[in-house]
Amino acid sequence: MTNIAIVAYQQSDSVSDAGAVNEVELLMPVLGRTFGQAGLNNAQDVDFVCSGSCDYLQGAAFAFVAGVDALGAVPPIKESHVEMDAAWALYESILKIRMGHADSALIYGFGKSSPGELPIVLSQQLDPYYLAPQWVDTISLAAMQARLMLEQGLITERDMAEVVSRSRRNALNNSHAQISGEVSPEDILAEDTYLSPLRRSDCCPVSDGASAMVIATVEKAQEWGKPYALISGIDHRIETHNMGMRDLTDSVSTRLAAEGAGAADGAIDVAELYAPFSHQEIILTRALGLGEETSVNPSGGVLAGNLLMASGLSRIGEVFNRIVSGEAGRGIAHATSGPCLQHNLITVVEKA
Amino acid sequence: MSEEQNMITGIEVPIYLKYNFTAGAAPARFLAQVKKGKITGQRCPSCKNVYVPPRGSCAACGVPTTDEVDVADKATVESFTIVAIPIPNHPIQPPYIIANLVADGANISFIHLMSECVNEDVHIGQRVQAVWKPEEEWDYAMDNIKYFAPIDEPDVPVESIGTVPVSGWEG
Repeated sequence: MTNIAIVAYQQSDSVSDAGAVNEVELLMPVLGRTFGQAGLNNAQDVDFVCSGSCDYLQGAAFAFVAGVDALGAVPPIKESHVEMDAAWALYESILKIRMGHADSALIYGFGKSSPGELPIVLSQQLDPYYLAPQWVDTISLAAMQARLMLEQGLITERDMAEVVSRSRRNALNNSHAQISGEVSPEDILAEDTYLSPLRRSDCCPVSDGASAMVIATVEKAQEWGKPYALISGIDHRIETHNMGMRDLTDSVSTRLAAEGAGAADGAIDVAELYAPFSHQEIILTRALGLGEETSVNPSGGVLAGNLLMASGLSRIGEVFNRIVSGEAGRGIAHATSGPCLQHNLITVVEKA
Repeated sequence: MSEEQNMITGIEVPIYLKYNFTAGAAPARFLAQVKKGKITGQRCPSCKNVYVPPRGSCAACGVPTTDEVDVADKATVESFTIVAIPIPNHPIQPPYIIANLVADGANISFIHLMSECVNEDVHIGQRVQAVWKPEEEWDYAMDNIKYFAPIDEPDVPVESIGTVPVSGWEG
C-alpha cells in the first residue's frame, strides 16, 4: 500500500454561533491558511479536491456548491463531494491518489449547525420507514446507549464524568476549543441530568466551523519541501441501521476498521477519537484496546467543540499536528457518522 | 385476499425543520443598501470583476470580495427566457420573462423579471432599467425592484455585455 503524506492541516475556531457569515465566508480563511502551510496558491495547485458537508445542517439546498466558491475553480478543477464528514472525503482522495489519478489533493469539511435544531435535524439521517418518522433525536439515542452500559455494569457515571473532566483540561491547550476548563468529576456529577442518564457535559456542544487538509504522494511532499506525516493505513466499516440488531455497548465496526488499517502494527502514542458523548469515548477506547501508553484526545476531542462534517477530518489533523511537532511518533484517528457510532473510520498516521 | 392488495407502495412522512437562515456577511451588506434603494456590487481584488449580488467570494479566484462598488439600476440583457408554464403559488401569471441582467458598473449577471415589454421583442443586448416599488415598501430584498423595463437606448453588442461602466451606455 502506497503511503500518503499529510502536508497541511488547519481548522477554524469552534464557535457556538458563527453569526452572519455564510459557508463560503466560514471556509475561505481556513483554506487560505491551509494553502499557505503547504506553500500553494489555491486549488489550482492540487490535482483533486474533495469536501464533506451536509445541506441539512444549514437548511439550504446545494449549500455544498457554495463551498466551491471558496476554491478559485476557474479554470475548472477536478472536484468531488461527500454528504459525510470530510474524513470520508479524505478516504476518497486517498483512493484517487492510489489509483494514480492524482498526486495531491485538498480536503475540506464545513458545517454551520447553529441555524437549525441539530438533534432533530439529525433524526432525518435515520432509516426512513421506522425511525425517521418518529423524529428520534441523536441525544435520546445516545442516552439510551449510555443507559444500556450503566445497567450492564460496563461503566459508571463517574467513568463518564472523568472523560468529560479530562476533555475540559486537555482543551485548555487547544486554542480552537469551544469548551475548556478545570472541572473535577465531582463537579460534573453534581450537575442535573439533561436527558437521563446524560448530563449536558456528557454531550458535545453544537458548533460552527471548518477544517481543511492537503495530502500528496510522498514524492510530491518531498518536492514541496514541507514537514509531513504519513498515512500508513485507513479503513472504514458500517453497522446496520437497525438499532435493535446492534450491540450498542461495543463498536464492532471500529475494531474491524482498526484491524483493516493496521492500527496494531506499532505503538499508539496518541489517539484522537470522535466521541460526541462521553460514554462513547469509553466504547471506542475499549474497542481499540487502548491502554495507559496512549494519550487519548489530547485536543479535548469533540466534547470541546464538534464541527459537524469536519470533526472527523480534524481528528486526523490533530494526530498529524502532534507527529509533525515531534510530540508523538505514531497515532490513530477515528471518525464516526450516524447514530450511536454506526459508521466508523480509522486512520493510522506515522512519522515520516 | 391476495398479496398484491396488501402491498404498501408508499408512506407519508412529513418533514418540518425550522432554521434561522443567514445570508452571509457580504450579502447582508448588499441587502442593507438595497433597503435604501441602492444596488451595490463587490469587486474581486484579484480579477477585478464586480459581482451583483455579492456572495462573499469571487467564485473564479476563491478570494473574498472586499471592495464595495456602486452600480447603476440600468442594465443590459445578457440572456432571457419566456416562462410559459404556471408555477404553483407563484404570484405572476405566465407568460412572463426571466432575464440574466448585467447592471452598468458590474461584470457578472443577476436574475430578475422583465415587464412593460412585448415578450417577443425582448433580445440579448437590450437596455433596461429597474422599476422600483414605492419607497415605503422597501425591505432587505431584491423585490424592492418590481421588474426591469426596456429603455430607449441603443443595444449593447454581445461582446461588450458585462463591460458597460457605471456611467452608462453611450451606444
